Amino acid sequence: MKIAVASGKGGTGKTTVAVAIATASSTPVEYVDCDVEEPNGSIFLKPEVTRTETVCVQVPAIDEAVCTSCGRCASFCRFNALVSLGTPPLVFPELCHSCGGCEIVCPVGAISWDDNPVGQLSFGVNSNGISVIKGKLSVGSVLAPPVIRAAKGAAAGSGLTVIDCPPGTSCPVIEALSDADFVMLVTEPTPFGLHDLKLAVETVRVLGLPFSVVINRSDEGDQGVEQYCEVEKIDVMVRIPHRREVAEIYSRGGTLLEAMPEMTVRFASIPGLIKERLL
Amino acid sequence: MKEITVISGKGGTGKTSITGCFAALAENAVVADCDVDAADLHMLLAPEVLETHDFISGNEAVIRESDCTGCGLCAEKCRFDAIKKTDSGKFSVDPYGCEGCGVCVEVCPVKAVDFPPNNCGQWFFSLTRFGPMVHARLGIAQENSGKLVSTVRREAASRAADLNRDLVIVDGPPGIGCPVIASITGTSLVVIVTEPSMSGLHDMKRVMELANHFSIPAVVIVNKWDINPEVTSNIETLALNHGVAPVGRIPYDRAFTEAQITGRTLVEQSSGVPVKNIETIWEKVCRKLT
Repeated sequence: MKIAVASGKGGTGKTTVAVAIATASSTPVEYVDCDVEEPNGSIFLKPEVTRTETVCVQVPAIDEAVCTSCGRCASFCRFNALVSLGTPPLVFPELCHSCGGCEIVCPVGAISWDDNPVGQLSFGVNSNGISVIKGKLSVGSVLAPPVIRAAKGAAAGSGLTVIDCPPGTSCPVIEALSDADFVMLVTEPTPFGLHDLKLAVETVRVLGLPFSVVINRSDEGDQGVEQYCEVEKIDVMVRIPHRREVAEIYSRGGTLLEAMPEMTVRFASIPGLIKERLL
Repeated sequence: MKEITVISGKGGTGKTSITGCFAALAENAVVADCDVDAADLHMLLAPEVLETHDFISGNEAVIRESDCTGCGLCAEKCRFDAIKKTDSGKFSVDPYGCEGCGVCVEVCPVKAVDFPPNNCGQWFFSLTRFGPMVHARLGIAQENSGKLVSTVRREAASRAADLNRDLVIVDGPPGIGCPVIASITGTSLVVIVTEPSMSGLHDMKRVMELANHFSIPAVVIVNKWDINPEVTSNIETLALNHGVAPVGRIPYDRAFTEAQITGRTLVEQSSGVPVKNIETIWEKVCRKLT
């Protein structure tokens, strides 16, 4: 089963919840960190990394001996990754979406493909036996989705897979959520938390994914999130109370379940509760 | 005209709350909310929307079922796995998977693929109690957030020029990817808001590297610094080693949440230590701009 942990707003506790679900599980877990712009799961899970892999995207390479400078590739490219001024085209690899269109329209077969590195995957296992796959976007690279796709593709997907998603509602989140069996939306009971939860709910609804809500720092802030969930008939699966000690332990790289061991039973029950929901 | 862009790497560090305070303290600025995925600044600034504009960007492939012969060439050539066979043996495009590249339009032997422009969201020109504001809303599950960010920044700069305002204050998105890069390229100063946790440290290091990568001057603020004074010092040392000046610390204070609940900026809500700190930080940021 694949559980994706997401939120519209950043900093609500996505990674905290994802790590807690993974750590509390009694069955084998794969943790896939798809928050590739800022992957933080490993700070808490502390896997011993045994292997890394470079994530590349394919970008066009122009054989200038063959190219006739007709400019069809450049006029086809919707992403302005090729520019031709009556010359063989210049390639801007960071803009390329690797759609393959330029190769299709080239009348003389002058285009082949080079690998352009955009990020890295790392693989490791932590002391609890959790297998951790981390996707990391290279600094200066714009394309998070290919790194997310690679991280998810590297998971074996046999037991429980926990996917730590990026924040927001656009392409990186959609990529991370696609093919999840269930989504846990983490929020906090503040006006910002509520506003962004509504966006996150809209997102999982257009994707047709079943979901529940986790309210972090549940005894702080206001009642807006609780009222919204009640009106929308959204199940709140977990409430995590606010404790300053939790923030302090978190700040040192400690986990929620270290700070609040009494929450372990609740987090251990989540995969079972989801299975019941999915029946 | 100058422009500052507030970013954080990690979400939830207080970026928007602090940007709201800057908007209140600035005397002659235009505010731009470039966190177009999950824009929250309007909840503190209560903008009155004067203009609404559609944000049209890119195209989206749509297969006309009546003309589709079911040959499947489009699905075979689509690199985004966005075209699937339907129950009727024809093919259809998943709008959330489509990146608008146009390959299916090109390869379809019977020209059964339409390619209309994509309406990805809206952007607004508004007036707040602190002055003009440009903000936006990206459609749910839409592409092109980087282009919408560029639109918001461009409009904010052009309004500032029209209205003789000498500063644009940009609230940026979290992360280091496409919309963040679109928020910081060519800006006068990046203001990094972080928090003293291992995650905060890790993420601010990446945004700092990003600012350095584009040769943009940056300063750092540690919010909730008293949660872990040791990590706060480590962050400030790391910043200095990267040529990024620490410009202040703000303690953890529930007043931030209370201000959010009342829909005001903290500087309007309280006069406590965090506000004093933010005022000092704002002076330092302004000095960096001159």
